[in-house]
Amino acid sequence: MPLDKNFNKTKMDAVIVKNEGVPFQLEAINEVRINKSAVEKRCASATNRRTVKKHNQVAWLLKAITCMDLTTLSGDDTERRVVRLCNKAKTPLRNDLLKKLGIEDLNIKVGGVCVYHQFIRTALRALQGSTIPVVAVSTGFPAGHTPKKTKILEIKESIRSGAQEIDIVISRRHVLSGNWKKLYDEVSEYKEASGTACLKTILATGELGTLKNVKKAALICMMAGANFIKTSTGKESINATLPFTLVMSRAIREYRECTGFEVGYKPAGGISSAKDCLSYMMLVKEELGSKWLHPSLFRLGASSLLSDIERQIEHYVTGQYSSFNRHGIA
Amino acid sequence: MTKIEDSFKKMDYEEALESDKEALEWIAKHNGQFGHFIGGRFTKPKNLFKTINPFNKREIAKVSQGTIADIKNSVKVARSGFEKWQSLSSFQRSKYLYAIARYIQKESRTISVLESIENGKSIRESRDIDIPLAARHFYYHAGWAQLLDEEFENYSPVGICGQIIPWNFPLLMLAWKVAPAIAAGNSVILKPAEQTSLTALYFAEICRRIKLPAGVVNVVTGDGITGSYLVKEKDVSKIAFTGSTQVGKEIKKSTAGSGKKLTLELGGKSPFIIFEDADLDSAVEGIVDAIWFNQGQVCCAGSRLLLHESISSKVEKKILSRMKKLRFGNPLDKSIDMGPLISLEQLNRVKRLVESGLEGGADIYQCDMPPLLKGYFYPPTLLKNVSPSMEIFQQEIFGPVLSSTTFRTPEEAVALANNSRYGLSASIWSENINLALDISPKLKVGVVWINSTNVFDAAVGFGGYRESGYGREGGKEGMYEYLEINSDTFSIKKEARIFRENISRSRQSVPHIDQTRKMFIGGNQKRGDSGHSIEVFDRKKQEIATVGRGNRKDIRNAVEAANKQMNWTALSSHARAQIMFYIAENLSQRRDYFISLLSSTTFCKNPIQEFDTALKRLFTFASWADKFDGAVHQAPVRANTIALNEPVGVIGVICPNLAPLASFVTLIAAALCQGNRLVVIPSENFPLPAVDMYQIFETSDVPAAAINIVTGNHEELIKTLSEHNSVDGIWNFGDSKYESDIDIASISNLKQIWSTNGNNVNWINYHASFNKLLLRKSSQVKNIWIPYGE
Repeated sequence: MPLDKNFNKTKMDAVIVKNEGVPFQLEAINEVRINKSAVEKRCASATNRRTVKKHNQVAWLLKAITCMDLTTLSGDDTERRVVRLCNKAKTPLRNDLLKKLGIEDLNIKVGGVCVYHQFIRTALRALQGSTIPVVAVSTGFPAGHTPKKTKILEIKESIRSGAQEIDIVISRRHVLSGNWKKLYDEVSEYKEASGTACLKTILATGELGTLKNVKKAALICMMAGANFIKTSTGKESINATLPFTLVMSRAIREYRECTGFEVGYKPAGGISSAKDCLSYMMLVKEELGSKWLHPSLFRLGASSLLSDIERQIEHYVTGQYSSFNRHGIA
Repeated sequence: MTKIEDSFKKMDYEEALESDKEALEWIAKHNGQFGHFIGGRFTKPKNLFKTINPFNKREIAKVSQGTIADIKNSVKVARSGFEKWQSLSSFQRSKYLYAIARYIQKESRTISVLESIENGKSIRESRDIDIPLAARHFYYHAGWAQLLDEEFENYSPVGICGQIIPWNFPLLMLAWKVAPAIAAGNSVILKPAEQTSLTALYFAEICRRIKLPAGVVNVVTGDGITGSYLVKEKDVSKIAFTGSTQVGKEIKKSTAGSGKKLTLELGGKSPFIIFEDADLDSAVEGIVDAIWFNQGQVCCAGSRLLLHESISSKVEKKILSRMKKLRFGNPLDKSIDMGPLISLEQLNRVKRLVESGLEGGADIYQCDMPPLLKGYFYPPTLLKNVSPSMEIFQQEIFGPVLSSTTFRTPEEAVALANNSRYGLSASIWSENINLALDISPKLKVGVVWINSTNVFDAAVGFGGYRESGYGREGGKEGMYEYLEINSDTFSIKKEARIFRENISRSRQSVPHIDQTRKMFIGGNQKRGDSGHSIEVFDRKKQEIATVGRGNRKDIRNAVEAANKQMNWTALSSHARAQIMFYIAENLSQRRDYFISLLSSTTFCKNPIQEFDTALKRLFTFASWADKFDGAVHQAPVRANTIALNEPVGVIGVICPNLAPLASFVTLIAAALCQGNRLVVIPSENFPLPAVDMYQIFETSDVPAAAINIVTGNHEELIKTLSEHNSVDGIWNFGDSKYESDIDIASISNLKQIWSTNGNNVNWINYHASFNKLLLRKSSQVKNIWIPYGE
């Protein structure tokens, strides 16, 4: 039999091919086809086709912690509150649990701390000595209805303040009115302003109306040089969902097939249980591969997820179901 | 490195087994040996054979091989079960079905595990798909049991039903068979596949626990020999079979002429069509669900991949990279996609067929399998560059093997899709609703899935066209398969019948105005090929005319014309109605002539009444032409599922002697109004009213070849007609002595046969439900699943 022996071999590339962006291509946008029912079916089936249990589940949850952008984005944020968050980011799990699991060497910490511009310096100070990057939301977060001039300025100021990663919001109106070129130009300018910092583009998927728009917006952002595409601000009424995850993962895959560039994925908002979080990770693994289960290509934007993960891990260690008050809050 | 650290680095799945404790305990409770379930009790285990776990080839339990005595016993208790069941009200029967549904749900985990260890299907599939659907079938049919009296007036249960099911969906197939049968008031004898008896026996235990009256459901285990005993039992009035086309044909043969009602759900080679404007990633997931679901051991598996040329390499690449993600292993592992095939025999069969495909020149791609698997595993396989002329494109493999080819235009996609003996299902992928809805009716299949695949629901009938079998399971149409119209709605009292025996032939020919009728083929009056004629005699035994003595070639020409000229079928239902009204109008002008013609034969009791009935029937069925609507089913998914009533195709109609005008007009009007094209063999002894109608057809704008009439000796014509592979159905209203021959002759393409002794029918005055029956027989249901959402 003339078997193609090679097609089953997967290469585990350790190095990420960072996105440099490509020229605007309307054709790729016009070719987008999404069948919502089939997407939903795949989401339901993919997460039922796989499971992780026991020690393997713990491993996956630990990975989730390392991919977590621990977030506080509220009007009532204060410096002291941000400091508390940063301290939690450095020690996301109780020491006794780490010891009992025998994983002290893994040096588990979160993927990033995500704050408003105002708190960048506070966070930097609080995170000193760790390698945790500070992530700043930008460009008139969350609605994005501020003058373009100030948006660019905001990015530059955040970089100057020391933010290593910038989460920008796109202008949803460009998507909804089909001004793809405008969207491309906008994100390109953000990319330029953010320099070498990691640029995450928030699509605000819950406000784009259709899955088709989500995929188109995702492709435009990647063409314009986004390092990550992110679902939501957490402020929309619909935030991260599995169908968004599927559509955006497939967009990343397609972009990689066409350009060779590897773009990360960040679901954010509404992921609060360990079980949900595993579903997202499994879907990403199925569609993009294990390489994407790494903080350089996967982040979870979350504020309360960590507490549930801690409880699940304690349950694994003790065999008893845990309680929220047994783990330090952020 | 700790286990956790290792897993943290790998980020992979590890074996996560569902517990088989409860399932094994249940088997142990029976000492690992099972008898049959007959008359509400388990018999003593006897003549035992092993049932094997195809994953580790170990014995799971021992099951009894049903003997002829077991079958006879079960028939006996099924008879008393039937009577007990009949003595209950609809409401009482409905409550039992409801209880069964509840129990399947309550015991779902144990049942799922049993299903997976015996069949090899993944626990995900048995847990998430098979068992919930089985419960759904009983809920749905608990509803029909309740509504039986009001929704099926003038129908009665057929009696004892013999049901033979395959190993690929053991409990689901049981549910598809048992639920409608007992909802309709029948009793059943179920013979599960010898490879997978356990869930049927578990089901039997549920029947006992809910105190279902003894004998209503009986389970006799064993292999095909046990099944053949069941098929041959005289007291079994209905056989429902799901399995291979080959065995289906054998069953058809051995029940030929027995009058047993038959549903056959057979094989398939279903097309999976991807157009260039499809959501390609979703379509590729569809392929996974189409051909790697249940290891491809699915009658409606999408095994022929038809790709639009412009996107074919792109899709093939996507399939190959998707294949790498498939996981294999213990069926009880919650993280696998595929388990082993059912048996060594099946494994060898798949290997053999794939090898033959390679000889034909196809390119093969297969997944690497984990090295330590002991069971009957076969890797997911993609065969590229397959041509329709290769065996692998035409033959059902019943394994995880996908054959792919390309098309250039939608029209070519339809041609390729229909290039098959089978006609079970099809899957169409396109984001263009115009295209998808245009293609769906053009496919010769019973089920169409648009942008989806392998979706099932109890409310939506399932079943195929062509050699994929006949009858539907599920939906209202599925209920009719277990019911029979009450004969008092259409039959006449015995003394009113006029038999052919009253007529003796005489060679004496009387000088008269010469009356030579021709045949009517392809819209033209045609002389018969043989050059012989037959005399027609009046009630005084005087020859009053001659008609052509048709032969094989006349039948061939008529069928050829009916297949070639599709105009009648293509007309709108409104246009068909118009033409049929017009036929009535033109017929009414010749009232006196037809009445005097009818007066000359003993086959007509009351010429005026018969003529007026014929006119009325034309009006009736012209009226029905645009009113026998399909349905939109309410399946519990976000989709419109449209049940279209489609014509059967080319129907051969064999007319009785009795009421030679009314019977002829009734039959052709019913069949025509749904868009069928007909080859009619009129009354053997008095064909004149039928052949005299062709002048009326000619003046009524009837498109050519909608109706073709071949006169002659029935014995000579019926065989050719019934054997013809381009005829889709036969309505045999002629002499019942031909029934068996017609059944056997029909086997090669499994055309749909409806035999009723037309000399027993009260053509002048039957109950209106007989009209409905005619309409149902004139059509077949195609269900089109149309999911929506943006």
